[in-house]
Amino acid sequence: MALLSVQGISVAIGALCPLEGVTFDIDKGEILGLVGESGSGKSLTAMCVMGLLPRIGGTITKGSIAFDGRELIGLPEIELRRLRGKRIALISQNPMTSLDPIIRIGAQIDQVSILHLGLSATTAKARSLDLIAQLRIPEPEAIHRAYPHQLSGGMKQRIIIAMALAADPDLIVADEPTTALDVTIQAQIIQIMVELVRDRGLALMLITHDMGVVAQACDRVVVLYAGRVAEMNGIGEIFAEPKHPYTRELIRCIPRLGQEPGSLKGIPGVVPSIVDYPDGCRFNPRCSNAQALCRDEAPALEPKSSGLAACHFSEV
Amino acid sequence: MDASVPRDDSLVTMTDLTREFSSGGSLMKPRRTMRAVNNVSLDVPRGNVTGVVGESGCGKSTLARLVLRLLEATEGTVFFDGKNLATQSQAEMRKLRRQMQMVFQDPYSAIDPRYTIRRALLEPFQVQGEAKTAAEAKTTVEELISMVGLSTRMMDSFPHQLSGGQKQRVGIARALALRPSFLVLDEPTASLDVSIQAQIIDLLEALKEELGLTYLFISHDLSLVRYFCDRVVVMYLGRVVEILSGAETQPRHHYAHALLESNFEPDPTRRKIVTMLGGEIPSPFAKIPGCAFAARCPAASDMCKRERPPLSNLGDGQMVACHNPMD
Ligand SMILES: Nc1ncnc2c1ncn2[C@@H]1O[C@H](COP(=O)(O)OP(=O)(O)OP(=O)(O)O)[C@@H](O)[C@H]1O
Ligand SMILES: Nc1ncnc2c1ncn2[C@@H]1O[C@H](COP(=O)(O)OP(=O)(O)OP(=O)(O)O)[C@@H](O)[C@H]1O
Ligand code: SF4
Ligand code: SF4
Ligand SMILES: [Mg+2]
Ligand SMILES: [Mg+2]
Repeated sequence: MALLSVQGISVAIGALCPLEGVTFDIDKGEILGLVGESGSGKSLTAMCVMGLLPRIGGTITKGSIAFDGRELIGLPEIELRRLRGKRIALISQNPMTSLDPIIRIGAQIDQVSILHLGLSATTAKARSLDLIAQLRIPEPEAIHRAYPHQLSGGMKQRIIIAMALAADPDLIVADEPTTALDVTIQAQIIQIMVELVRDRGLALMLITHDMGVVAQACDRVVVLYAGRVAEMNGIGEIFAEPKHPYTRELIRCIPRLGQEPGSLKGIPGVVPSIVDYPDGCRFNPRCSNAQALCRDEAPALEPKSSGLAACHFSEV
Repeated sequence: MDASVPRDDSLVTMTDLTREFSSGGSLMKPRRTMRAVNNVSLDVPRGNVTGVVGESGCGKSTLARLVLRLLEATEGTVFFDGKNLATQSQAEMRKLRRQMQMVFQDPYSAIDPRYTIRRALLEPFQVQGEAKTAAEAKTTVEELISMVGLSTRMMDSFPHQLSGGQKQRVGIARALALRPSFLVLDEPTASLDVSIQAQIIDLLEALKEELGLTYLFISHDLSLVRYFCDRVVVMYLGRVVEILSGAETQPRHHYAHALLESNFEPDPTRRKIVTMLGGEIPSPFAKIPGCAFAARCPAASDMCKRERPPLSNLGDGQMVACHNPMD
């Protein structure tokens, strides 16, 4: 049984329906990539898993989210709060808001394991120092005493990862954890995260729009398009034999070394906006395979020869 | 090659270009000066795409603004088509401005939100004091709009009614209005989704061929730069540390190497382990006598900390500023 199993969840925020029938699962020790264009629903999916949707006035109208065999939808806030931080940790899209500027770095990490693991202050500190060192931050003692503003962006991001790890969670949801960072720092942080996840047998849901990061880090990938899952597949299949036309086009849009000049084309048309999603398959106005059926009927997410895809005409 | 003499085949030549910024200067805070662009000498060959890469704050946008004289240099010279920009009269400068234009990263900031697309596209002509009849204006706008692949029905739309990619197309159309020969593109696709980024790059490639343009293309996306550019200039803390003559050229500078190594290839069959750089990026206000990368460089020697390595020619258009270049 998967550690996290999300089945057909739909979300309403007021009159809007930003997610529809989103389905995926993550096993222990696995890194699942969640990709899609801006506004496709990646962060909202993370909020569903964390039980944070009520904070922005959203509700899950359909579907199920099972974590370690237990249904999360409908769980009282107090129990969700116990899960959050302890068994499921979030690294949010805006890291600069996750650290308290007036509390020393060390105290903030210590707090997590005191709260969730019931450690004493001394053991908590030893654990924090150990975590800081594991994230390859030089001079852990000095960093433990520092305030957030004394650290560079890349350092702060590593501290946030240390905090997420402090309670020894089973699942980490990381929403664009390196987007704001420079490439040399991004590469190091992704690499450290991958190693830690592998060593500890954690599950990681990695949200990103960078297909380079996906290719280097993920085992499986969920591709969102306009609030629906277009495809879920293994990393090799996503790049070599994608089942959904959008995935195929998306891969073609990434420039690669040695590519012929003039051969980068892009996907025609525009990313649809939530206020006027097209009828039928939401990719139909941009899809070169689109037929009449595509404009009338939304394709179901179905098993193909590998993975799942939502397309009327994709080969099996 | 002596960089101080403009070469015939280069449209733009920068020599020893430096720009300082100061901050502080009150009782509490002593005045500090930093060099955002530090002694940069560079050619932009005609008809080529010259790429500039480097980490946030290394001076790419400052260089872009210096090249177009949107910002005055503290030291050094920019030659455009053989003309020293600093010695041009206002009238001459205005004429030259038609030749060189900029496309900004943020398609939202470049267009006045109160202007229709039509008005935004006619503005460059007004600035130049070029009167147009209603009929001429209509043809011009229609031409520009179709040139960037937008529908002429959008002429009377406002920026907020357009998507990010459409706005960036308007930004490009505006930059092309006066038929320039040189475009500085400062991260023109950074705020766009990949599917739209590829559309814009495709458009820029086509326009370059069609109109014979020369580009200075700034980006921190190395995959994109290596695809799109004929040459790649690598900057670190205000300085040019290496010039790569082509996409496949192996970097010799240790920072340029680390930067290219850090680029995650979009290919799961070619996973790699990146070498971790130790050390921290120095403060831009630090006065560094030697190589700016010495604090993080695995090959740094004593000389690296004392003496600044000059940019020297390796042949075939490759140049590197390093005392102990990689093999
Ligand atoms: N609080 C909210 N109220 C109303 N609509 C919202 C809210 N938050 C998100 N949305 C809408 O839901 C959709 C999905 O948003 P989400 O933030 O999940 O996108 P994303 O895939 O994370 O995008 P990005 O890559 O830009 O972070 C968007 O159309 C967005 O406008
Ligand atoms: N007007 C200004 N006043 C003071 N400092 C400035 C000014 N403009 C830029 N700087 C400083 O100069 C340095 C270079 O900035 P610049 O914007 O050129 O970097 P960049 O390479 O374009 O970075 P990014 O990739 O983040 O756009 C930075 O340290 C910046 O803070
Ligand atoms: S359902 Fe039709 S429009 Fe949608 S992706 Fe498949 S072929 Fe294209
Ligand atoms: S000059 Fe010295 S410190 Fe700088 S990159 Fe070369 S070897 Fe490293
Ligand atoms: Mg998001
Ligand atoms: Mg910039």
